[in-house]
Amino acid sequence: MVDSQTVLSGPITAADGTPLKKKLAQALFRSRVRAVSLVVPLLAFVLASFVIPIFALMWQGVYNDRFSTYTPNLSDQLSKWDGLGEPDEDLFVALVADLKKARKDRTIGRIATRVNQEYPGTRSLFTSTARKAKKLKAPFKESVIKTNKKWANIEVWRAMKITSQDLTPSFYATALDGRYTVDKGFVKQNENRQIYVKLFWRTFMISATVMALCLLLGYPVAYLLATLPLRSSNLLMIMVLLPFWTSLLVRTTAWIAILQSQGVINDLMVAMGITADDSRFSLIYNMTGTIIAMTHILLPFMILPLYSVMKTIPPSYMRAARSLGATPTMAFIKVYVPQTIPGVGAGGLLVFILAIGYYITPALVGGQDGQLISNMIAYHMQKSLNWSLAAALGGILLAGVLLLYWIYDRVIGIDNMKLG
Amino acid sequence: MAKLPPYTTTGEYIWHYIYRCICGLIFLFLILPILIVLPLSFNVEPYFSFTTGMLNLDPEAFSMRWYKDILRNGMAMPDAAFSLAWLSDTWNNGQWIRAIRNSFFIGICATLLSTALGTLAAIGLSRSEMPYRRLIMSILISPMIVPLVITAAGMFYFYSQVHLSQTYLGVIMAHAVLGTPFVIITVTATLVGFDKSLVRASQSLGAGALTTFRKVQMPLIIPGVISGGLFAFITSFDEVVAVLFLASPEQRTIPRQMWSGIREQISPTILAVATLLVILSILLLTVLELLRRRSERLRGITNS
Repeated sequence: MVDSQTVLSGPITAADGTPLKKKLAQALFRSRVRAVSLVVPLLAFVLASFVIPIFALMWQGVYNDRFSTYTPNLSDQLSKWDGLGEPDEDLFVALVADLKKARKDRTIGRIATRVNQEYPGTRSLFTSTARKAKKLKAPFKESVIKTNKKWANIEVWRAMKITSQDLTPSFYATALDGRYTVDKGFVKQNENRQIYVKLFWRTFMISATVMALCLLLGYPVAYLLATLPLRSSNLLMIMVLLPFWTSLLVRTTAWIAILQSQGVINDLMVAMGITADDSRFSLIYNMTGTIIAMTHILLPFMILPLYSVMKTIPPSYMRAARSLGATPTMAFIKVYVPQTIPGVGAGGLLVFILAIGYYITPALVGGQDGQLISNMIAYHMQKSLNWSLAAALGGILLAGVLLLYWIYDRVIGIDNMKLG
Repeated sequence: MAKLPPYTTTGEYIWHYIYRCICGLIFLFLILPILIVLPLSFNVEPYFSFTTGMLNLDPEAFSMRWYKDILRNGMAMPDAAFSLAWLSDTWNNGQWIRAIRNSFFIGICATLLSTALGTLAAIGLSRSEMPYRRLIMSILISPMIVPLVITAAGMFYFYSQVHLSQTYLGVIMAHAVLGTPFVIITVTATLVGFDKSLVRASQSLGAGALTTFRKVQMPLIIPGVISGGLFAFITSFDEVVAVLFLASPEQRTIPRQMWSGIREQISPTILAVATLLVILSILLLTVLELLRRRSERLRGITNS
């Protein structure tokens, strides 16, 4: 037995003599370390295989050193040039030297491609001049302009000055239908070249339409599921969960089979005499097809959060409203709907976030006017190989999605996300 | 069906049935596209539509040829007699068979990786001592939210530099990352209802941390872990964007094969594969439902 007198007089200590306060801090620290060490493996994995790759790509959106790597002399001279006066002989000397080297190293294609991204229509200018570069003699300014008059155009040089800067806002300018220029800063792109803002707008509109349709279709179904007795609602729930669990490509394929001009709906229309055989509806490979298929695919994401919120609303509230004299419509609008707002918010945001980044379905059933911004990003990644522009477009899309995600976390909380 | 209360007016009766009809139509919208591929996959003609013969239920109009095509497509000698050599031919050369093998291999590896890491992380995150809980949680869930094209493009760009693109490992890592949010969400949901005093009881009876985890925690959260694993598996099994960017023809999976099937030659073989996938998803759904019931029963015991 410890003498109770000594324990009470000094600071309270544990069995081994250390103060209890310190002991508690140690224990808390240990348990915190234990919790962190459980999370660290996954966090490291997600950072290494997901977060860092995305940051690496996003960095490409503002940083592109392709031009300066292959044209060291010219980039050096361009940085000295103010971009306003006529290009002088030094610039032309550097140009010829770099073109000669690029031709030898077979890097001329990369240089030409990079400048062409900034100033379309200059690709052949570089490749053809590089071919002749060996034979050119001083003064280079005259002889270079002799090979192609375009070299006298100051805009070409300004474009080169822009591309020679590694850290550049020009890809974001392009992604927003503008151009970054030496003399005037940001200017708007010509009317016929403005495509990206329109595409962002279309993506936004299609996502909003899909969200609205999902809400329109999902709300009554979720209400039915929440108010039916458990046995029958469980049975009907399968009809919601089965599409949720079925492969995306299966559902897209099914919609092709249904909507195409020789498909089920058109055949049915012709058989019923609603439309003539030669004037079938074009329901797919356009925006209509994209909207229908996306609504079908995302509908469960709306129904499930709505259902889980509606399930918690006691039916007695509605009955109380009725007993106080409200009509059924009145009771529904004034009492029931306000309580489902969290579900509407959760489902709507989730559907919108998923819709705005959709790629597969628009690519397969979208045709020309059903393409979304994701399809453009994939195009620049895989076909035009303008990765920096893809990164800039992706950066804007990602910023939008992360903003929505932040709102979602703030309002609903990601901990409350439920699946099935 | 719930009986309508006696004070229901005629207008409400009518509305009640109209409402039921609307809901019925929406359910049809949900389920019909999935059911419609079933009969179409038995079409004898190489079309995506119902023929007159099919509508008249003429047995001649139905066939199994597209299911056979799953086995035979890409084989060196598809018309040889059925034998061991034929089987090994389809196993090694069949395009769809290769895709199915790849899908299962990649899916299972990715599931194991994401379930193991995700379960540990979910246990850590559910502890109250965890610092920066909210921030870490939102990072770990983000693979589900970030548009797949951006994820896939980023991985394609980064993995090419570290020589991971066009390898099985690269695809598995990508799919594992995409699957972890589902594991975290489902396991966290099971842990919310977890009675902490059970752990303390076990510790007070002298069990070490590992024994407590194995004998007390694990049996209770296992339904959540398995359903999270199923989610991760189906995510990988259904994923095509990362495969489009990261995989070489050697790593083609079922969705990738369907993708090129839809883009290049639309043949009802896709519908036959789709039918098989629908059956697979019905199976998974059944397992998930059984797990949910088991979990509810187990937790019912712990709560009382």
